[in-house]
This record gives sequence, C-alpha cells and structure tokens, in this order.
Amino acid sequence: MKKIDILMTGVGGQGVILASDALAEIAMKAGHDVKKSDSLGMSQRGGSVVSHLRLGRQVFSPMIRKGEADILLAFERLEGARWADYLHKGSIAIINDLAIPPLSVVGGASAYPTTVEVEDIIRRYTDQLYIMPGTQIAQEMGNPQVLNVLLVGFLSVFLDIEEKSYIEDLSQRVPQKVLQLNLKAFARGREEALARTQGN
Amino acid sequence: MKRLLSGNEAMALGAHHAGLSVAAAYPGTPSTEILENLAKMEGIYVEWSTNEKVAMEVAMGASYGGVRALAIMKHVGLNVAADPFFAASVTGVRGGLVVISCDDPGMHSSQNEQDNRHFARFAKVPMLEPSNSQEAYDLMAWAFQISEEFDTPVLFRSTTRISHCKTVAEVQEAPDVDRKRPKFTRDPYKLVMVPSNARPRHPLMEERIQKLSSYVETFPLNEIILQDRSLGIISSGAAYQHAREVFQGASFLKLVTTYPLPQTLIRRFALDVKRILVVEELDPFIEDTLRAMGMNVIGKEVVPIMGELNPQILEERAAIAGLIPKPAALYAVKKPVRELPMRPPLLCPGCPHTATSYALKRLGFYHTQPEEESASGRKAVARKRQGLIVTSDIGCYTLAVYPPLLALDTCACMGASIGQAHGLEKAGITNKIVSVIGDSTFLHSGITGLVNAVYNEGRGTTIILDNSTTAMTGHQGHPGTGTSARGETAPRVVIEDLVRGIGVRDLSIVNAFDLALIEDTIKRCVETDEPSVIIVRGACPLHVRGKGKPMTVDLAACDQCFNCLRVGCQAITREGNEVRIDTAICVGDRCAVCSQVCHQKAIRVE
Repeated sequence: MKKIDILMTGVGGQGVILASDALAEIAMKAGHDVKKSDSLGMSQRGGSVVSHLRLGRQVFSPMIRKGEADILLAFERLEGARWADYLHKGSIAIINDLAIPPLSVVGGASAYPTTVEVEDIIRRYTDQLYIMPGTQIAQEMGNPQVLNVLLVGFLSVFLDIEEKSYIEDLSQRVPQKVLQLNLKAFARGREEALARTQGN
Repeated sequence: MKRLLSGNEAMALGAHHAGLSVAAAYPGTPSTEILENLAKMEGIYVEWSTNEKVAMEVAMGASYGGVRALAIMKHVGLNVAADPFFAASVTGVRGGLVVISCDDPGMHSSQNEQDNRHFARFAKVPMLEPSNSQEAYDLMAWAFQISEEFDTPVLFRSTTRISHCKTVAEVQEAPDVDRKRPKFTRDPYKLVMVPSNARPRHPLMEERIQKLSSYVETFPLNEIILQDRSLGIISSGAAYQHAREVFQGASFLKLVTTYPLPQTLIRRFALDVKRILVVEELDPFIEDTLRAMGMNVIGKEVVPIMGELNPQILEERAAIAGLIPKPAALYAVKKPVRELPMRPPLLCPGCPHTATSYALKRLGFYHTQPEEESASGRKAVARKRQGLIVTSDIGCYTLAVYPPLLALDTCACMGASIGQAHGLEKAGITNKIVSVIGDSTFLHSGITGLVNAVYNEGRGTTIILDNSTTAMTGHQGHPGTGTSARGETAPRVVIEDLVRGIGVRDLSIVNAFDLALIEDTIKRCVETDEPSVIIVRGACPLHVRGKGKPMTVDLAACDQCFNCLRVGCQAITREGNEVRIDTAICVGDRCAVCSQVCHQKAIRVE
C-alpha cells in the first residue's frame, strides 16, 4: 500500500473539511492508515482553509511536507496557486475553476491571479493539471452545494479505492432527500476525470 | 473497533469509558470539541462553566464528592484557572481529577503560545501527553487511575495537532461503564486549607512527586524503539510523530509521562545510543531536565523554540545541523512567481459586529498622525490625537483589527478590555476611551472589570456586543443564552439586569444593524462623567440562519466612492469600477449596513 499525500484547499465555507472528512473515513475503511489535519479556528471566517490528508501503510506525522503532496485538490484558483510548492513532478493538481477574490483584491490593494497565471504557477511543479469547471457543473445540476462531492468524484479516479466505498459512505453521510443528487454529482465528477485522463 | 477520531473525540470517549461523572469547561480553540462530544454521551453531567476558573472549581468539588471529574480548557484558560489548579494540588483528590490543557503552538487561534508543561512542574502535579488519538483514548483511564492512586490532580496536555488531527484508534464499542458513587466524607485537614492545615500538605506533595518518579519508570506507554543506534531521539506529543517521519531509521524513546520524567529509563536509553537529540515543541522542557541530570544532549540548537513544529521545519533544521543528509525537496522549492494576495479571516456577511466596528473606526481614526515606526518596525503606528481609543477583547470582533476596519487599539486576554480602558483613563489619557467586549467574554471575566470601573469612579464606555452565543468557537451556550451544554433550555442571566445591578445608571440597548443609532449612542456616552454601557444586540448569522430581502447596487446611482467596500463585507465585490453584491452570501436587509454608508442611496432592497 503506497503512501498518498493529498492536500485539499479552499476558502472557509466551501466544504473542504467536510470533503476531507469523508475521504479520510473512506480510505480508513479501505484499509489505509490515515491521518488528517485541518486548519481550524480563525481560518474558518472566510479565510484560507487547508486540509492535509495522508494515506499509507503506517503514517507518522499528520502534516505533508513541501514537495511531497501527490494530489492537490483546490476548491478555488487562488487557493490552488497558494499551495503549489507542495507539489512535485508527477503530482496531480485538480483546480476548481472559481475565483473568490479576497478583500485586498476587492479594495484594489492587490491583483487576483489570472487563470493563465495560476496554470503557470502549477506547471512549474507538475504537468498533470486539471482545471475543472466544478462550480459551473454543480450549478447546472441545480445545487452549488454538491461541489465537494463532485470534486471528490473527480479525485476518486486517481485513488486505488473501489467506487462502491465512496457510494456506501455517501449513503450514510448525506440526508435521504438529497442523496440521489449527491450520487449523481459523484458520478459526474468521475466522468469528467475519466474523459480527461483517457485523452492523455 | 477501529475508528477515525480526532484527539478531542478520543479524549472524550476515553474519559467516558473510564467512568467519568462530571465534566466542566469553557470553550476555547483547540479544546472545545471535547466537552461537545461528552455532551452527546449518556450518564455524564456536562456544563459550560462561566470561565475556566469556575470549571476547575466545579471539577474539584465533584472530585471531593468522590466521583471522577474533568476540567477542560485551552492553554490560556489554565492561567485563569491557575488558582484552583494549584489549590487542588495541595488538597489532592477523592474521585480522580483530570485537567485537560490544549496548547496552541503556532497560535492558530490564540494570543500566545505558552508551553503549559511548565504548569505541571510549577504545581507539582503529574502530566501525561498523548502523541495520537489512540493514546489520547488509552491515557485517559490511566490519568484517572494515577489521580486516585497518588491523591493528585493530573494534567493531561494536548496541542492543536493532537486535538484536531484525525487518526485511527482502536476503541471499545460499548463497554459497561463503571462510575463511582458520590460520597462526601468530612476531613478538614485535607480539604480546608488554612495555613495550619496546608503546611503539613506540602511534604506530602513533595513525597508524591518522588513516588511518581519511580512509578513512571515502568509506565507501559513510554516506548523505546531501538534501530540505528548512532542517533537516539527523545520526544513526545505531536513532535514525536514529526520526528518519526523525518528520522526514519533512528532509535526513539517516546515519552507520554513528561512530568515527572522517568530518569532511569532515559539513562538506560542513553547507554544504548551514541548521541541524543531531544525533539520537543516550544520550550526546552525535557531538555532542561536532561541537562540538569548531567546528560550531553542536542535540543534547542536544532529544534526551534518558537512556533508549531512540522516535518518540513524539522528536516531542514536537522539537515543544516548535519544530522541527516540534505533532502532533495529543499532545493525543489521554487521562488514564487509573484506575491499572491493573502486571505485573512473576516467578519462574516451579516455579522452583528460590523456596524459597531465601522462606527468605532470612524470615531477613532478621525484625527491621527503618523509617528515614528514602532519597535516591531511595522508602520501601523499613529498617534491618536482626538479620536476614540478602543480597547478590545477576545472574540470574533477582534477581527475588526484587520483592514479595512482597523477599528481596535488593544486586545490582550479574556476580559481585559474594561480594566485596560479604566487604566488608560486613570493614566491621564485625554482621548475618549471605549472598551468592546462580547457577551460570553463579559460573563467570563468582564463583569469584575465593570464592577471595578463603577467602584473606582471610571467614566469609560463599555460596549457589550451581544450576539447571544459564543460565536468564535462554534456557538456554545453561556449563562446569557438560556441554552445548556446539552442544548436544552436553561435559566438565562439577563445581561442588562446584571449591568444595572452592578450600579451602571447609563445603559443603552441598541440594534446591531442600526449604524446611525450606534454612532450617536457612542458619541453621547463618551461625553458623560459616569460609567456607561451600550449593549449592541443582534444575532450571529451563522447561528440564527435566514435571509432578508436581497440587496442590490443601482449602478446608475453609484458615484464610485467605494465607501461600501470599507465596511469589510465579503459579499461586496468590485469588478473594475462596478460594485456588486453576492446575493449567495449576503443576508439581505436583515443587515443592510452597506446601504447605510452609501451617500447616493445606491444600495437598496431589490
């Protein structure tokens, strides 16, 4: 069972922690040793959020080193760029194509990086970059809240965990009335990933 | 049964399975979830106490009553609770008494990063430190057992990375929980600490630590791992996990009993390895003892004394010291293409603190002039000529120190704002002074400051920002909310009655979203010669959900003054010169503070 270090990042309120909680649980049930560490406390109030998720035979530190993350899943572009130096050659970077400009940008004190800039920053570390219109797809599906399930669906294609493990976990975690929508979002995330990887 | 548990969940479950009867706490990151989890379990009395000192006293009382008791707090909470903590060390216990202190190295959500391990030595009580959730669970039963066997409170020290980290733990599924029966036996020589009774207790405390020193020598959870013997690492807590990661082949002595230390075990380990590195977060607590034992060790010259440790920092420092080869990753990290904009935490859209903070900024920064740079070299220094001085406190509203609000001048610790304002006034500062404190913080330790201001003829104005919850830590109940720790209805302490009872005659209660009224009330109150209190009342939008009618910007009417951006609301964005309101996160006319700062009346209900 080889080690996999996953960094999940985004903005407070986007559901990053919920997604990493679910993924950690699924990985444990699939037989991995798991450690997971989040930024909490003041960072919840619309600040940057990062969750370190480490899987393997035996995990010691709960924190990923720079240059050691195998997968970066960013719920927002700037928060993808911010953690790029955790990537290495061969890492997979999945970035939700959404911009949430921080107040310093809104006030005009600094500039939000363009999509091209974000791509350039990531490509200095790895070529395996997927910019994913997750927010747009979630809106089309009728509920922006399913973004995290959609992104976990996308990510799941790159992990050695059976699809049914995710579905089992979702069925327990999500209220019955939105379960179908969440299962659909998960499947859609997988489809999007498969469509992109099979082209490679 | 295998479960993925945070350290806090594991501590709660461990205490429950160990037969805990009473738990008392005051919320504080990273400790809050321990009591929240205990509140979900049957058969335990749980409470949010008004502050950590009270929580400690409640736990002490329960222990005197013969049952197992827990007091839970963050590191700075133990400062508040230090008095009863030291007292409990003198009297000892009846039922097991365990005190959980969750430290915050790196100050994720705290005003300092004090190392509470010193409290164990200071108060002469034993200390246990888990390094993952499994140990957090297992050690809890040991902690109660040690407490009862040695007649002492036990300090159970966690840190942010232990409390908030989820790791796999093997726990009992639903064991039969054996709780002690309450029983009080009168014994003034043990429980009434007049000097004549306290003096004979001190030799017992010294004897207790001697006995514990022998006891910990064979404690089963301390662990020696002998691998490559050229380097032996002594470590504990989260630091141990980082060290295992970085020094994969080295030999280890993992300590969970960090006070008193098992000195014979340590010497035995030292004989097996060529040299010793002590890896510990913050102060050289273990290292100092080893040096006093005459041992030759490496410690703080390699491992930083400040901030939270992680494998990255440890690896870099160890490589620089020549303990390990330089890792390739050190060279792979590239210089950033450009500085990316930061994303500091902010007041939420619809926050009831926004209007008050905005008013305080306007009144506070009206007349400032730049002065020489401060000692820290930062340029945020300005001499206040006539504007208000605002002393603040611990809570969400402290976020108003950041741009664009920049509304605050001091913030030190829980409840300090009122006393600080009084001190500034008595020092002869001629500016008007306002202290700002939340409802939970006021009840925690602001009350005594206000009593003091009334008694000592202060003139200051105290603003109590009352959102009827403890918001920063995730909406826990407090005496002013009418909600118990289990989420049930509880008697409510009415803040305005309390304030009047203290003797404050000038009391105003204003709506948190009425900017003009807030500003006028502050202006009036600071001109009087008596202490005044303004209760600014409005619900936390994360606590009481629901939206008003959506707000919109009439771009034709907007003259692009961007006053609305100075409110610091996350829902207001700007594209070019066009201001937009993100209706997905705006709470609508339930707040509407932005429309009140708009000169052109361009922000309106849709």
